Amino acid sequence: MTEYILELKNMTKRFSGVEVLHEVCFSLRPGEVHALLGENGAGKSTLVKVMTGVHQPDKGEIYLDGKFVSFADTRESRQMGIAAIYQELSLFPDLDVAENIFVGRQPLAAGGRIDWRKLYADAGNLLESLGVRLDLKQKARSLSIAQQQMVEIARAFSINARILIMDEPTSSLTLNEVADLFRLVRRLREEGTAIVFISHRLEELFELADRVTIMRDGSYVDTRLLKDVTRDDLIRLMVGRTITDLFPKQDVKSGEVVLKVENLARAGSFRDVSFELRQGEILGMAGLVGAGRTNVARAIFGVEPATAGKIQIAGREVAITSPQQAIKLGLAYVPEDRQLHGLIPAMPITSNISLPTLFKYAQRGWLQDKVERKATYDAALQMEVRANNIWQMARELSGGNQQKIVLAKWLSTKPRILILDEPTRGIDVGTKAAVHALMSKLASEGMAILMISSELPEILGMSDRVLVMREGHITAHFSRAEATQEKIISAATQAVTSGSV
Amino acid sequence: MQNSTPATQSIRSSLSNLLWTLVRYREAGISIFILLLVFVVTLRAPSFLTMDNFNDILLNISILAIVALAQTMVLITHGIDLSVSAVIGLVGMMVAFVVKQNPEMPVILAVLLGMTLGAVLGSFNGLIITRGNVPPIIATLGTLSIYRGLVFFYSQGTWINSFELPKNFKMLSKGTPLGLPNMVIIAILVALAVYYFLNHTRTGRDIYAVGTNPDAAPFAGIRKERIIFLVYVLSGLMAGLAAVLWISRFESAQTNTGAGFELQTVAASVVGGVSTAGGVGTVPGVLLGALLLGIIQNSLTLIRISPFWQLAAQGLLILIAVISDKWILSRVERTKK
Repeated sequence: MTEYILELKNMTKRFSGVEVLHEVCFSLRPGEVHALLGENGAGKSTLVKVMTGVHQPDKGEIYLDGKFVSFADTRESRQMGIAAIYQELSLFPDLDVAENIFVGRQPLAAGGRIDWRKLYADAGNLLESLGVRLDLKQKARSLSIAQQQMVEIARAFSINARILIMDEPTSSLTLNEVADLFRLVRRLREEGTAIVFISHRLEELFELADRVTIMRDGSYVDTRLLKDVTRDDLIRLMVGRTITDLFPKQDVKSGEVVLKVENLARAGSFRDVSFELRQGEILGMAGLVGAGRTNVARAIFGVEPATAGKIQIAGREVAITSPQQAIKLGLAYVPEDRQLHGLIPAMPITSNISLPTLFKYAQRGWLQDKVERKATYDAALQMEVRANNIWQMARELSGGNQQKIVLAKWLSTKPRILILDEPTRGIDVGTKAAVHALMSKLASEGMAILMISSELPEILGMSDRVLVMREGHITAHFSRAEATQEKIISAATQAVTSGSV
Repeated sequence: MQNSTPATQSIRSSLSNLLWTLVRYREAGISIFILLLVFVVTLRAPSFLTMDNFNDILLNISILAIVALAQTMVLITHGIDLSVSAVIGLVGMMVAFVVKQNPEMPVILAVLLGMTLGAVLGSFNGLIITRGNVPPIIATLGTLSIYRGLVFFYSQGTWINSFELPKNFKMLSKGTPLGLPNMVIIAILVALAVYYFLNHTRTGRDIYAVGTNPDAAPFAGIRKERIIFLVYVLSGLMAGLAAVLWISRFESAQTNTGAGFELQTVAASVVGGVSTAGGVGTVPGVLLGALLLGIIQNSLTLIRISPFWQLAAQGLLILIAVISDKWILSRVERTKK
């Protein structure tokens, strides 16, 4: 016999050639709460999905009670007593609350018929024990995010699992709901259930967890007892690397304030966001995924306009309600998701670049092909896009070249203010450096740049100033000299201590 | 509204509540629409409200109801089966040939043969969609043409006429040993079976789950591919049953039997409240949808309106149904939080 209920050895998982888990080991004892910790993209959620059979590992073994097992799907892992709450909400919008809890394993009466009465009774009891008040017959579609999360939790609890995995179960719960949840988790632990717990809120780990395993860039870093570590230890283990001075940000004397945002808010996504952006300045926006940074950018660009607050551009107050208007005001926005929002994959390079400036090439409603072709060719050349010709479809290009096209497209509008959302995510090192060099050059020419990034080295290397957002509002503000990884992570993960509630 | 008193306000709000309930519960909305239609048509053509005419309508919509229920199960998974009409054509022709050559064979065997052939044709759809990763609308558009082509190939372009079919086979649909025509009773039994399946079995609920959030299905341990494969097999099987009833009723199998019928099945489902976005649809709703289409066809003929208007009326109904669905959905989303 072994002391572990679940052991993962040398788990390796690749998605389309990219290794997201590399030889990760993880062990779980009965009756412990074991936290998984790591930055965005460290591989925690993938590890969870390998444990439950959503994904199958490319290499590595799973041992349950010391016996080798493998799961083809979640049905098999569930039969072995493993339940999970996944990070992405996985409810069925057109089914009601009670059925969502038991979907796929509804209680059966004689003859294989679903026992609806038992299903509703069980669901009612379960929600009551969780301290949740919900209409059992309400469709999941009409629930708030927090309510949906409670239904997910109820679903996982209803399995009576020996191993319960919770991937950020608290991200949209109130303090009271979190307290209720923790009370239940402790009770399960006393009954011998093994619990895997993922949260970005470090204070929650100290409150709840016994051990913690730290992951970084898809690899295993260390496992520690929580009583033996400090908050700073954890942050250091999470970050790991030291920052190299690869980033060519030149010092530019910043000029006038071109963008001023005061108490900007949008119901349900962010509130009280105020900052200034000056000519020639790169303002970095750090924070965890889902902190509301992208929402702020989308509000400023008029995609999902703000519901409260003021925006001033070059000293003049404006109400931006559409991207068209934002473009006219000299704004450009390079979105986070190139495939979805940045490009039209099934259009050639030339049409992609000329999209926001088509009016320049049109005369009396007719497009002047030659002028368009020349202008877009020059733009692509300047960005050093690597392609066979400018008629090549955008979807056929590498991520780095796609990003160059998005940049070329927006730079062709000659913006005064450029908003970049994760400008170098998923692109190769060479292109990354090129994008950074370009940003630096644009800033030195007087452009004002707001850069959202989840990569701390990028934030620290490129920004003149850094804002940190957490759960929809700004929690910290550092100058280039003040900013460190530890301070930023701390501001991005710590509970709000002052200035709110 | 500046000068509205509390009284008129409360009347207005209870009126809007009533309207809201009606559009929200599609069955209630259609029922009222049907009653209004019956009332108006009866004023113009008193012969509409007779037992004979009612029987006629039921006979006319039985096949539509069976295939529309099959289409509904497919639509709930966010799919569509355009090939049902060609399945009816091909299975109808094959069964007619077999019956013609074996006039002594028991009628029930012809029914089972039709259902089996239909299920096989449906399983091809299911395989193309799940294994080949082809979008359902394209896959079944393809098999629609292929199956229709096979009708010509199989029959060499000939028809099977009434005199070639045995009498007991022709009576399969029309006989009334139980008071109602057999075909109507078969449709009722099919509706009860589908109702039970969709509402009281795990597999039936899995169909809704897969349709409303296909990405979440694996997290809940639902085998998505199996469910999708299954609905196309069921769709083929029920279209096969409909094929046998069709040739029994119209007493002939022609190369174009059933052509265009797939759109009527989609129409009945959508008018009956099935969402083309998947996850939503009820058996009573679809039956009422089929009934409404049947009544419109019948009454427009009775009050001597050109059949061209029938198609336009059907089209209009579909648009009203889909637009009101979108409207309801946006209202539900807005009441969140």
